[in-house]
Amino acid sequence: MSVIVEALISLLLIAGGIFVFIGSLGMAHLRDFYMRLHGPTKATTLGIGCMLIASMLYFWSVDGKPDIQELLITLFLFITAPVSAHLLAKSGLHLRLKHADKTQGKPVELRPEEVGDKPVPHPDKGHG
Amino acid sequence: MIAPRSWLPTPVLSILLLVVWLLLVRSYAFGQFVLGGSLAILIPLLTHRFWDARSLIAKPFALLRFIFRVLGDIITANFEVAYLIANPWRKLKPHFIEYPLMLEERFTITLLASTISLTPGTVSANLRMDGKSLLIHALNVDDEEVLINQIRERYERPLKEIYEC
Repeated sequence: MSVIVEALISLLLIAGGIFVFIGSLGMAHLRDFYMRLHGPTKATTLGIGCMLIASMLYFWSVDGKPDIQELLITLFLFITAPVSAHLLAKSGLHLRLKHADKTQGKPVELRPEEVGDKPVPHPDKGHG
Repeated sequence: MIAPRSWLPTPVLSILLLVVWLLLVRSYAFGQFVLGGSLAILIPLLTHRFWDARSLIAKPFALLRFIFRVLGDIITANFEVAYLIANPWRKLKPHFIEYPLMLEERFTITLLASTISLTPGTVSANLRMDGKSLLIHALNVDDEEVLINQIRERYERPLKEIYEC
């Protein structure tokens, strides 16, 4: 294995590690649930992408033939990550999880219900 | 493009399934072609009733360009989000945005929602039952209008051109 390939693989591995670490850090210490969602959906996709490319390059240079099986992992990740993030956000809204006070914009799901006044229709029901 | 038939409702999906199967087993032996081929015919036959009518790709090259643009955006998105998280003096301005949809078909809306989740600082949180708007949570936004315009011009319009015209 030439030095350049080795350096490239190490670089990709380190970059991947850093991205995944920052993603997890975001999940650990951002203020509210909705903000914490951003870390794992984005920072980890590139992190894992970097590691998979590194793995692809490594086995290419060791075995001598290219192998794109790792790309499938990336593909599945790109398909599943947004869906799980969407479902998590949706269930978060459904459970009315608290959000940081500075969050602007009030989605209908999180508005306080007007008790006694006429009932507030749930946004997903009633019209449509 | 191969026309859909009764025993092959989604030709493109079948080809994709076959390719994924061959890549998964890492073998191009004849037997794997037969096995993957029969799976590629059986799976769409068993599942296509659950889906809405799929859209035909009107412009394959526009789709390719769209994919590369999204990949580029995913990379910049990662740098941005990593910076936002790692910077200890950050002042985040999280924002819930009601995004009015221009797309009409469920499949394209799904694609748009996934794209939004994968790109700069935004996660799609809820699609209204009437399919008219999408709730987005953004990590750091100064101006709602700018973000909405950006999504509309960068992702929604190309998707509409590719699938719905």
